[in-house]
Amino acid sequence: MSTVVPQVSSELTWRDTLARWALRWDIGRSRGAVEPGLYRVGEPTPESPVLVTANYRMTFDLVRRDLGGLDVWLLVLDTNGVNVWCAAGKGTFGTKELIVRAAKSNLSSHVTHRTLIVPQLGATGVSAHEARQLGDYRVVFGPIRSRDIPAFVAAGMKTTPEMRAVTFTFAERLALTPVELVGTVKGWKLLILLGLLAAGWLLDRSSLATASQPAAAYIAGVLAGGLLTPALLPWLPGHSFSVKGALAGAAAGAAASLALGSAPLGVAAGTLLAAGIASFVGLNFTGATPFTSPSGVEKELRLALPAQAAAAVIAGVLWIVQFFLG
Amino acid sequence: MRGFRYLSGVASLKLDAEKCTGCRVCLSVCPHAVFAGTEDRRVRVADLDACMECGACAKNCAFGAISLKPGVGCAEAIINGWLRGTEPSCDDGCCGQAPATRGDTAAPA
Repeated sequence: MSTVVPQVSSELTWRDTLARWALRWDIGRSRGAVEPGLYRVGEPTPESPVLVTANYRMTFDLVRRDLGGLDVWLLVLDTNGVNVWCAAGKGTFGTKELIVRAAKSNLSSHVTHRTLIVPQLGATGVSAHEARQLGDYRVVFGPIRSRDIPAFVAAGMKTTPEMRAVTFTFAERLALTPVELVGTVKGWKLLILLGLLAAGWLLDRSSLATASQPAAAYIAGVLAGGLLTPALLPWLPGHSFSVKGALAGAAAGAAASLALGSAPLGVAAGTLLAAGIASFVGLNFTGATPFTSPSGVEKELRLALPAQAAAAVIAGVLWIVQFFLG
Repeated sequence: MRGFRYLSGVASLKLDAEKCTGCRVCLSVCPHAVFAGTEDRRVRVADLDACMECGACAKNCAFGAISLKPGVGCAEAIINGWLRGTEPSCDDGCCGQAPATRGDTAAPA
């Protein structure tokens, strides 16, 4: 009952590149899924390795690009268009889906072995011993990054300590910033900016520069938390994301307020608001990092949220005081 | 992890050395080299503060030697959980959408 297995290309087209950029900017992510199932890469034989991945379009594209030159089978699990790491955390990239997808794809009619190479970051959802008990599969955890697959295959399906260690380079961090920034202006959050513009105009309409102070401080805070904090993460002091964000935000807020020619009270208010906003946005970046623990984030949130709210309130009070002082 | 450390003394990871058989699957799934092999061919927790509580080790320990409270270290997910009175949840957030709101799957390029 052999069925025709679709062939994938290892070459990415300009459309694939465009789609990846759009996904980075949170455009069309609800359509960012590919058809799950079995695919051919190159000219695989019944003895060729079977690699497992998720059906998020960006994941699928980068994996097939990195498999260029290899002859392998690619089993794409249905993770609702979510990447391996996040889907494994949710359980959609899991032991059950692995076994079900292999069966639905008639994997056993195409290959003669029972070995499935699962990306290491899928190990939070896939249990090797359960896959053996439930489906008689031998799960081998492969490298974290798909670009290490050719070396992994060449080494006889062995990972090196480097392949098993997650990284978070400057380029990797920067690639995650657009989606963070877009998230701060989506939906009701846009009302914050409009509200601050209105408040600034009510408090001081003597010039455009002074009227736009609160909104400018907010934007400075968002950029400091969503762009500066990720980019400068290893160099900002401390281990706490809220402190790193607050420091970046304070600097950006002070700079923006001074550039707009604010009075001393206004500079203090702008610095405080930007610090509070950047602290919140920076703390949110924990979700994009591969090294923060939920216990740590929860602890940090309990301390940081009241401080962030207090900073925003005090900033508002300072602007109002300045209004009455004239 | 080189250059990155998060808060110390918070990770919930626990290893029951009595149950460990030395299969070392935990060493192969941990992305932060939290475990290290020992002289008696078992493992020990070598770097607890590097643990991000992803749960890969516990999920793959066939002998139940590892316990922890697994989850996502994501502020938005934890806040979502607080607001809804549920476990931390990232659905509709940055980690993709819930199945119910998902669009049609597109054909691969």
